[in-house]
Amino acid sequence: MSTSTIIRPGETLTDQTAVLVLEDGTVFTGRAYGARGATFGEIVFNTGMTGYQETLTDPSYHQQIVVMTAPHIGNTGVNDEDRESRRVWVSGFVVRDPARRASNWRSERSLDDELVAQDVVGISGIDTRALTRHLRELGVMRAGIFSGDALTRGGYPRPVAELTAEVAGSPAMAGAHLASSVTVDEAYTVDPVEGAGTPDGPVATVVAVDLGIKSMTPQRLAERGVRVHVVPATTTIDEIVALAPDGVFFSNGPGDPSAAETEVALLRDVLDRRIPFFGICFGNQILGRALGYGTYKLAYGHRGINQPVLDRTTGKVEVTAHNHGFAVDAPLEGASVAPHDAGRYGRVEVSHVGLNDQVVEGLTCLDLPAFSVQYHPEAAAGPHDAAYLFDRFVDLMTTPSAALPTAADAHKEN
Amino acid sequence: MPRRTDISSVLVIGSGPIVIGQACEFDYSGTQACRVLKEEGLRVVLVNSNPATIMTDPEFADATYVEPITTEVLTSIIAKERPDALLPTLGGQTALNAAIELDKAGVLAEYGVELIGANIAAIEKGEDRQQFKDVVEKCGGESARSEIIHTVDEAVDAATRLGYPMVVRPSFTMGGLGSGIAYDEADLHRIVGSGLHYSPTTEVLLEESILGWKEYELELMRDKNDNVVVVCSIENVDPVGVHTGDSVTVAPALTLTDREYQRLRDIGIAVIREVGVDTGGCNIQYAVDPATGRVIVIEMNPRVSRSSALASKATGFPIAKIAAKLAVGYTLDEIPNDITKVTPASFEPTLDYVVVKVPRFAFEKFPAADPTLSTTMKSVGEAMALGRNFTEALGKALRSIDKGGSVFHWDGEPVAGEALDALLTEIARPTEGRLVATQQALRAGASVEQVFEATKIDPWFLDQIQLINETAAAVAAAPALTRDVLAEAKRHGLSDAQIAKLRGMGAAGESTVREVRYALDVRPVYKTVDTCAAEFAATTPYHYSSYDEESEVAPREREAVIILGSGPNRIGQGIEFDYSCVHATLTLRERYETVMVNCNPETVSTDYDTSDRLYFEPLTFEDVLEVYRAELAAGPVKGIIVQLGGQTPLGLAQRLADAGLPVLGTSPEAIDAAEDRGVFGRVLAEAGLPAPAFGTARSLGEALDVAAGIGFPVLVRPSYVLGGRGMEIVYSADQLTGYVERALEAAAADDRTTTGSLPAPLLIDRFLDDALEIDVDALYDGTELYLGGVMEHIEEAGIHSGDSACVLPPVSLSESEIDRIRRSTEALAKGVGVHGLLNVQYALVSDVLYVLEANPRASRTVPFVSKATGVSLAKAAARIMVGDSIADLRAEGILPATGDGGTLDLDAPIAVKEAVLPFKRFRTAEGLVVDTVLGPEMRSTGEVMGFDRDFPRAFAKSQAAAFGGLPTSGTVFVSVADRDKRSIVFPIKRLTELGFEILATAGTAVVLRRNGIPAMVVRKFSSGRGADGEPTIVDLITEGRVDMVINTPSGQGARADGYEIRAATTAADKSIVTTVQQLAAAVQGIEAVLAGPFDVWSLQEHMAAGVARTAAGA
Repeated sequence: MSTSTIIRPGETLTDQTAVLVLEDGTVFTGRAYGARGATFGEIVFNTGMTGYQETLTDPSYHQQIVVMTAPHIGNTGVNDEDRESRRVWVSGFVVRDPARRASNWRSERSLDDELVAQDVVGISGIDTRALTRHLRELGVMRAGIFSGDALTRGGYPRPVAELTAEVAGSPAMAGAHLASSVTVDEAYTVDPVEGAGTPDGPVATVVAVDLGIKSMTPQRLAERGVRVHVVPATTTIDEIVALAPDGVFFSNGPGDPSAAETEVALLRDVLDRRIPFFGICFGNQILGRALGYGTYKLAYGHRGINQPVLDRTTGKVEVTAHNHGFAVDAPLEGASVAPHDAGRYGRVEVSHVGLNDQVVEGLTCLDLPAFSVQYHPEAAAGPHDAAYLFDRFVDLMTTPSAALPTAADAHKEN
Repeated sequence: MPRRTDISSVLVIGSGPIVIGQACEFDYSGTQACRVLKEEGLRVVLVNSNPATIMTDPEFADATYVEPITTEVLTSIIAKERPDALLPTLGGQTALNAAIELDKAGVLAEYGVELIGANIAAIEKGEDRQQFKDVVEKCGGESARSEIIHTVDEAVDAATRLGYPMVVRPSFTMGGLGSGIAYDEADLHRIVGSGLHYSPTTEVLLEESILGWKEYELELMRDKNDNVVVVCSIENVDPVGVHTGDSVTVAPALTLTDREYQRLRDIGIAVIREVGVDTGGCNIQYAVDPATGRVIVIEMNPRVSRSSALASKATGFPIAKIAAKLAVGYTLDEIPNDITKVTPASFEPTLDYVVVKVPRFAFEKFPAADPTLSTTMKSVGEAMALGRNFTEALGKALRSIDKGGSVFHWDGEPVAGEALDALLTEIARPTEGRLVATQQALRAGASVEQVFEATKIDPWFLDQIQLINETAAAVAAAPALTRDVLAEAKRHGLSDAQIAKLRGMGAAGESTVREVRYALDVRPVYKTVDTCAAEFAATTPYHYSSYDEESEVAPREREAVIILGSGPNRIGQGIEFDYSCVHATLTLRERYETVMVNCNPETVSTDYDTSDRLYFEPLTFEDVLEVYRAELAAGPVKGIIVQLGGQTPLGLAQRLADAGLPVLGTSPEAIDAAEDRGVFGRVLAEAGLPAPAFGTARSLGEALDVAAGIGFPVLVRPSYVLGGRGMEIVYSADQLTGYVERALEAAAADDRTTTGSLPAPLLIDRFLDDALEIDVDALYDGTELYLGGVMEHIEEAGIHSGDSACVLPPVSLSESEIDRIRRSTEALAKGVGVHGLLNVQYALVSDVLYVLEANPRASRTVPFVSKATGVSLAKAAARIMVGDSIADLRAEGILPATGDGGTLDLDAPIAVKEAVLPFKRFRTAEGLVVDTVLGPEMRSTGEVMGFDRDFPRAFAKSQAAAFGGLPTSGTVFVSVADRDKRSIVFPIKRLTELGFEILATAGTAVVLRRNGIPAMVVRKFSSGRGADGEPTIVDLITEGRVDMVINTPSGQGARADGYEIRAATTAADKSIVTTVQQLAAAVQGIEAVLAGPFDVWSLQEHMAAGVARTAAGA
């Protein structure tokens, strides 16, 4: 880690050299990994020890350079079962010790080859812990990875100042609207898995608005007998209603929720029709905004699969998968009236709280059939502790009288 | 929900003596638990027979009972203390079994004691094979196909369905005792036979072989709100077939995808719920088929285990501490994470480093034992290392083992052709040296596929070993040691010594490499174990080195004292040394910033809050020097303590001093003076102290000359060893020749000699027959001596002091003899130049007090003496090392105001230390128990203390604690050497008066009968069964018809008969007496047991009585 030089005395510049340059001018010199070239994005760290393939293919990481804090990445190679979408989305990948050899009975190819094939520029061999500590202290920021021809000019490394300037010129995450660039072009349907529906067909039909959806989400619903129509982010309320859904789902996705005006408007149309609603991650932030709460950017976000969340409706703690840089700003204690349009959506409760830093991790509408969580009950990667939320959604759709559990229920039990 | 208010006192049961499979990790967990419970304001009652534990220091409990862990004694303690609850999950299988016994006996119900942290149903579900199988199935998991059997015939029948090879696992045993793999019917008979014996329920599980599968463990915790977290995943580098305690293991798991890992997690959580572990920790083991991913749940432990200790040290998540909190009612989200302070314990630690654990074995102590690793644990200790990648962590872990041949090497030409084929065959069999052999096979050009085929070690790990080989090759081939070359070598864990060797740089090479490294600025940084991969700031300075960019050592203002620990447990260097190191840090923390350096994950010293700073590092010169440099850069350093951690740190003293490090206490020159026979001889001569005639030799010729001068028998040993390693009593020139030749071969194999001359001299002493051996621990500050304790051995000289029972205060020494001992010890301390602790061994023969040896360091007996006399010698020693005088310590109350350990009053309680030996663990290739006769080489793994008002009772308690007790009726078999026949008449007569039947071999029977003792003659083993099938003595022992065996070996070596008798006795778990002195003690002990149940006193009561006596005397 330095702020001025790429190559230290005694070290040599080779065609394997790569550098990571942060917006604040900090430079890490390492080895090129994956594709060669230049790439830019918001640099964030993920603390999961497993699940690099799911992380790489999670659309929420669009335009982000992801640092894996676990040192060994690529050990189990890449297979065609574990990807969470049609491609790798991260704009850059930072690891310490990439595997030289993949070893797993399901592995089909190496991660290095996959990154090259998908043109993902990466860097390896840097002090990822020092980098993580830096980001923790200073907050996430823009960064660039340079290798191959993008790093050199006339056989010499380009000046740090020039690389830093390029990073500073790249787009920022705050204010970015990215759903349109990750969503599917065409709607598709995921049918209930065999044996999960009822003899008369699906348990329920859900329209899932793809803001960057992970494939495990419709899968989790399909496992519960639900038919899921995954639709593009640009779908209108009339198109949704035409599919006669029992419920509407808003997925996770990249970008700043404060820039998601069309999605917020669409969700308000759903809420106005009292169609049961469930949102995950970006979907949670959009529910928050639709209800009239603010959202804000966290200093360095939550990205990992070990995060404790308290479900206030049961008093139980679940270990959950997180990937969010923004959060909803809602009153933590008790029910509050949703500020939008003078309380048109009634009362809202923060149903889930992150125990590490008391961040809002879930919202439940007390007067509407709508709820959402900031984290990832579909896991992939991560623990399955929160899978019950899909059951909660199914109940909400299939039992008209069902009320969502509230924090008051937990007190009753005790 | 805060802690329960309906509990105000808790009984905690410890794990007893250190044995294989149950070592000091339970002192670590028990100490944490006691601390937590006391902090919570609960009255803590503790029972543990092991005096070398920190947990039995009186300040860790309100009532500390160093008493045998038996149902009878525990019942007495419960009746006396009336605890509200019993916490049995932190003392290993010993505590859990004790709790089950108490429950079965109705004791818990009778006294209204609630079991917390576990319930009987859950324990049984977790440990009973069939019940557990049902649980696994219910949780959607799979078990290996298996059958439960209760007889050998049933086993043979089951084999027709399961096929060979087959795994044999007895129920309710620890450390895999009695289990093994049967490849054919003969194996099956043997393993099932002993398995049925060891299982308290006479039950054995047979199962399909999953040999060669990938093996994983998860450490889970659950609270009463049903919150469950996985603290750590552990992957075994050695696949299924090697006990996890004997495997090289790595954390976190490195070769599973998230899907596969989450499946293990889901099954684990379902199992912990279904078994019903309400609160606390549990460990689950899995096997994964490397070809298909099929998962099989192997077993679970519904308690804190050895792996829990490893997981705690690997992650920074203190499982035992949290388990204790959960047991008294807290939930995980109510407990803060110690390390971050701001986040709760209801999370799963994430690692940004790799942890490697390597076992340490002691097969060299049991040359007859089969060294093949199996499902019965045989390792005696372990080292753990952390690195930022696997190669770095592995290199550090291997050099932490501190034993020749344990690190990777590139010496000589790689093998080729048939030799490589042979090597590939060899590594198919798991042994202590397999990893190094695997590295050699890869180095020789075997492919990862070939080596995988042979070993089933995952190809990813093999590729990493190959990466180390490639790095080494690059070092060897580089035109010069450039920054790039060095940085890459260090990044993959090569030591300076390895680099020097690769470069052919000769003896001084290591220093040269270091200088080049410094010149090129290639230095380690120190990272922090923070449970969260740097997501949150850590406040706990728990560090490990890595060749990376950024260091996290914080600057400090207070002066630091660095304490070197003792490394992996081994026979002769175990928990006793950790005890002394912990005491040093506890007392020095008041004045200094204490910095602990150690690599043993089982210990209290490597708990992150024992010292101000913890460096989890190998105890090699290079690694210690780097820690010192890092600390010197952080603030002032007072010095480094090397004399408390045993031979490992002591062996570094001179080099550290030469490198300019301030070594505190006794100087390295003085340490040398005690070891160097020439110098030591002068010290003795000046002080006018007699020693057995002795000499030193570096070659065979010299050795024979010395022995001829002294006269046989002689005691021969290498210098600079602990635990009597390589020590033998030699009776003839032939035997001496054999000894020296073996030593030369060993040195040549380690590349330390080529000339027929040994690198360090052999010490040859006149062996004193029939001597009374006396052990002394003392403190010396340069002017004054404090005699810590005088221990009288129960066995005669010639048996290693670590294996010998001893008594304190001495029961047959006069006041004037003790005075003579004090004066001699003082003269030695002064002559050698001791500043701190000194251990001296004396032999008393015909009123002459010979000095056998003096060691200017903490000894194995320091904790025993401290516990028996109520004075912490290690604390006092640490204070002397930083400049305090004995007078200061007396004034301060750390030492008594007057008197010392040699002037204990007449009513002072008697403490007996008894050693615990691991013979049962070791079998010859034919499946027989190895010989159990004691000798000058130490082989015990642990010790217990019997503490009572007189010697017979204290001795009887020590026997109950160590071996399950002396018999009080039944049959005694006697067969003694001729020289012992005169001495046994009275004790054997007494046994007949007490109602015992006596069996004897013909020779012994003659003497007994002529003295009026009825003794039945039995057939010798060598005579075989009689014409009408009359059994031999070995048959009788095996059939359980003998309750105690008295067998003293005659002359040199173990004659076949004696060996068979002792082996059968050990296998049958009966009392065995191998010396005349032991016999006298045993008879007194039996009388004490017959006199009625043991009385129990806590250490606190003993101390209060002592204070009262002093007051009355004054």
